[in-house]
Amino acid sequence: MTLRIDETLCHGHGRCYDLAPELFGEDEEGYSTFTELTKDGEVPPEYAAKARLAAENCPESAITFKEE
Amino acid sequence: MTVDDRFTQDHRDLRVDPDDVVRSEVITGPVEDWTTDFSHTEPEYAERAPEIWDDLRGRCPVAHTERFGGAWLPTRYEDVAAIAYDTDRFTSRAIIASNFRPPKTTAPIGGSPPISSDPPFHHDARKLLLPAFTKTKTAKLEDATRAFCHGLIDDFGDREVVDAAAEYAQHIPIRVIADMLGFPPEDGPEFTRFVKNTLEGINDDHDDREVQSDDLFDYIFEQIRDHVANPRDDLTTHLINAELYGQKLEPMHVAGTMVLLLIAGIDTTWSAIGASLWHLAQTPSDRARLAAEPELMKTAMEEFLRAYAPVTMARLVKDDMEFAGVKMKADDWVLLPFPAANRDPEHFEQADEVIIDREVNRHAAFGLGIHRCVGSHLARMELKVALEVWMERIPEFTLACPEGVAWSTGQIRGPRALPLRLG
Repeated sequence: MTLRIDETLCHGHGRCYDLAPELFGEDEEGYSTFTELTKDGEVPPEYAAKARLAAENCPESAITFKEE
Repeated sequence: MTVDDRFTQDHRDLRVDPDDVVRSEVITGPVEDWTTDFSHTEPEYAERAPEIWDDLRGRCPVAHTERFGGAWLPTRYEDVAAIAYDTDRFTSRAIIASNFRPPKTTAPIGGSPPISSDPPFHHDARKLLLPAFTKTKTAKLEDATRAFCHGLIDDFGDREVVDAAAEYAQHIPIRVIADMLGFPPEDGPEFTRFVKNTLEGINDDHDDREVQSDDLFDYIFEQIRDHVANPRDDLTTHLINAELYGQKLEPMHVAGTMVLLLIAGIDTTWSAIGASLWHLAQTPSDRARLAAEPELMKTAMEEFLRAYAPVTMARLVKDDMEFAGVKMKADDWVLLPFPAANRDPEHFEQADEVIIDREVNRHAAFGLGIHRCVGSHLARMELKVALEVWMERIPEFTLACPEGVAWSTGQIRGPRALPLRLG
């Protein structure tokens, strides 16, 4: 299961790190980053629901979550 | 050490020459037809804007008016988003639609950077603010905000009816932004006046508007000079010392950004807190559920932001063009009613219902694209704390008299009078 943040679309709304702080963090300007857990863009299976929730709530649709 | 003499001049010598401002005729009075003569400054809009958006979205998704020298009102999510993203064809050099258009030469900086700025300058001006407004930074203000909210409720004493807009919602963002800017907290009533003049006085006489603007900039320059003499750890000193392209900022950039933070930081959050309490006061099932399940606040708050998004932004059309089937002319205003976009059934399921446990909520309350509200993390912190403290202290409340509720006109929508019966 892979996760992608499109940096050209992210504008720092922070819904992802509000909803799934295990998977997303913020840089010093508030833009979304991966965490230690997701640094390779991989999501542990137990976090699939959270990853989906973050992707579905991004106002800019900057997050892509592939579940296969 | 050199003396900082950027702020010793009178701001009247630094501002845009009033002769270069394009003025249009002030047209007021009841709206005849919302598709061809809309006005967001009339009492009818304050009372029933959501119904007006729903009606327009169904039959004339981009409404027009000759008022304000010509303006457009898109109501579909798709159109609002497209304009927000299109910084090539729409400029932000003015973002409050009025009967004044600043000259084209004010772009790309505008009067209150970065909200009034266009790319590429916008990005650089915005970077000066972003680090102060992250979720991590604004979370540090949470404890003080919570204590302040408790103090406001303590001040209600044993009264049964309070005005939650004027006595609660209003004071919270005023105190928070005054602390961040390093302004005297007792100046709150002045901030309220500045906000009202800037955002609700848009049809005032041209000369009055100039006096109001001078009044605001007099205050801001007084605060800047005090900070130049006595630097401290706050946003004002940060902006005075900030550099762009190897130089300190122009004096009107510093002052304009402070105006932005003061005005945009206050009545927006005031509106969001008030509208949320208004909803809960008249929806006993939601109120009881939120009181019983405080963990629902996360989704409830986002749903209030969606359904009662306070902010409508504005742009100016750069050149004549066609957009969504209408012919827009250079320097037409275009309003971006994010609350109308947030109620578009094409984009949201059960768009007209407030569902406090809505899990998927891709709303645009804080805008879309490069101008995403810089203060969104601060606003969310304030809204969360204000509602948590209220629900903890006053879990039961109702509208004391529905006819006593008054909503604002203009681009920021929220209750300005909200009499609630407590208990």
